[in-house]
Amino acid sequence: MKVCMFHLMPYRDLAPDFDRRYKSAYIDPVWFDVADPDKVGQYYNWTVDEMVHAARAGMHGLCTNQHHQNVYGFMANPSLMGAALAKLTNGLNVAIIQIGSTLPSTSPPTRIAEEYALIDCLSGGRLVAGFPTGLPTDATISNGVVPVEQRERYREALQLVLKAWQAREVFAWNGKHYQLPMVNLWPRPIQQPHPPIWIPGSGSATTVEFVVDRDDCFCHLSYFGAKNAETLGDYYWETVARRGRDLNPYRLGFLQLIGVAETDAAAEEYAPHVEYFFHKLLYTPQYYQAIPGYQDYPSLVRGLRAPLRERFDLRALKYKDFVERGFLIAGSAATVRDQLVEGVKRLRIGHLLALLHFGSMPHELCLKNIDLFCRDVLPHLEDIWDDQWQDRWWPERLRVKRSVPAAAAAES
Amino acid sequence: MAAAEERRIRLWQGRVETRVEITGDGPPLVFLHGPWGVRGDRDFLERLASGHRIYAPSHPGTTPQDPDAIHQLDEWWDLVVYHGELFDRLGLETPPLIGHSFGGMLACEIAAAMPGRVSKLVLINPLGLWRDDLPVKNWMILPEDQRRATLFADPAGAAAERFFKLPADPAARVEAQAAFIWSLACTGKFVWPIPDKGLKKRIHRIAAPTLIIWGAADQVIAPAYAHEFAGRIAGARVELIDHAGHLPHLEQPHVVARLVRGFLEG
Repeated sequence: MKVCMFHLMPYRDLAPDFDRRYKSAYIDPVWFDVADPDKVGQYYNWTVDEMVHAARAGMHGLCTNQHHQNVYGFMANPSLMGAALAKLTNGLNVAIIQIGSTLPSTSPPTRIAEEYALIDCLSGGRLVAGFPTGLPTDATISNGVVPVEQRERYREALQLVLKAWQAREVFAWNGKHYQLPMVNLWPRPIQQPHPPIWIPGSGSATTVEFVVDRDDCFCHLSYFGAKNAETLGDYYWETVARRGRDLNPYRLGFLQLIGVAETDAAAEEYAPHVEYFFHKLLYTPQYYQAIPGYQDYPSLVRGLRAPLRERFDLRALKYKDFVERGFLIAGSAATVRDQLVEGVKRLRIGHLLALLHFGSMPHELCLKNIDLFCRDVLPHLEDIWDDQWQDRWWPERLRVKRSVPAAAAAES
Repeated sequence: MAAAEERRIRLWQGRVETRVEITGDGPPLVFLHGPWGVRGDRDFLERLASGHRIYAPSHPGTTPQDPDAIHQLDEWWDLVVYHGELFDRLGLETPPLIGHSFGGMLACEIAAAMPGRVSKLVLINPLGLWRDDLPVKNWMILPEDQRRATLFADPAGAAAERFFKLPADPAARVEAQAAFIWSLACTGKFVWPIPDKGLKKRIHRIAAPTLIIWGAADQVIAPAYAHEFAGRIAGARVELIDHAGHLPHLEQPHVVARLVRGFLEG
């Protein structure tokens, strides 16, 4: 399997009373009341350093993402971060996973096609092209996209991007949402006809079906851990089977919070950071997330009848609960390994997206987490599935078996 | 009074199915519902039914079994032309229009685009104009615990109670919740993210005698907007309704119905 470092680039020093002052991590906290731009500059630098450190320590890929107007993660334009990471990791066998730029909120979406192609060229063909529909809050509030059009715009934009990457002739695009007179993209990606496509989702049946039909990799970014994703996981694999696709685990990616320490007891050093993550950063109320129209009608009805994702009162849970209930896999390397292997096999995860930085975690602790994970956990995960399955959703040039074991790379 | 009748009409090159609820006897009257769908308006419509034959179409996409119809109309021009087609099909030559909230904005656009098709206009707390010093509250992202107080002058009153009441039966409950949310989505398509879509450039074309009714305690659109509308529509009359918020026809149905009947019959 492949294990990739995921980073949200959050605000790391929110005031202790932040969660009492604000009902939401999104939209409401005013920059000047909460943030310090010098600190934020430091966070961006740390984030890039942590990602590059993870690449050098043996991670297979680095994941960036796009969010707006919030304290929880504000890479804003993931292509900016991805471009830096591509340059800084040249020569390493590591994928640049943009997961990614949100098509419906970028007009025209050929801008994203260009940025991704640029990153693919810059990185020597190491790009994974992620295409999220975007959180409703990001798309409809921060970017003004009409909620009921978000999905429709997304689908048209994706078609346009794919055509713009591949077309051998200048073409006109006469779409419903985008009209361009002459499209002839510069640059084009090294990977043809297109880089591997990963599409993240957080619990919409419509997205699951769309991704399976397109035969792309579906990434479940639940943040609630493998233990709480069984309903969605089962629904995903049932859909895969029902639509006649193979059961290749690499068609599923899954995000998991992970904290590795010397012993299970020592892992309590992650306690304040995971509580900060769930109490302060991930706290976005329904009225900003479930904006009418963001789901199509069948998904809306399905969600009202039997949601694919459970809801939790996150602010009522403490470190112990997060660990016991699997939101965070934390402990000694052996504990983390065992729980990850169990979760990976239960859900058939081919791409594990490891959130090794979360919440208020300081830079040094993040580096330690990366080092322990890459040295003592990653080597035990790498071979899962490879006796049976090929990763069809990975950059072609990186598919060769890596000659340097992760552990050795970590020590260098 | 005739029993309420439901008619299904397929329009727009066969791509949009529209439910039209028809009730009452007398000269025709068209009612255009607000963002939450026609469900909450039925009791009010019955109050007008003794003097009029009322046609209450469901906004495209909100007719049960045809949710995807919303993707067949994309802009105000589509929506106005579509309503022209709907009136043609219903045989309504120059009906009076009543519109609430989103429906009020729609009624204005129809009356401005086709002044000859509208005999009289009643606007109940309409959307459509914007003042930076009095921004319209975004009704699509109201926190659950603020919805009642934002929409109703008396959040604990019977009207608020009825408006938000859901059926006990689980299947009917899901259906009602979905209809409520989807109606917000389908009307919201034409006004998101700011309900100022150029009506101010067109509103001077309205020729129909106009009555503007506004709940004096409206927390969504400040009652000062009543005068913004009145100042742009020749001869328009404003009636502020005490003890009523954004849905005065539900909170003070008797008062609003009396005003509407008096205006239409006058």
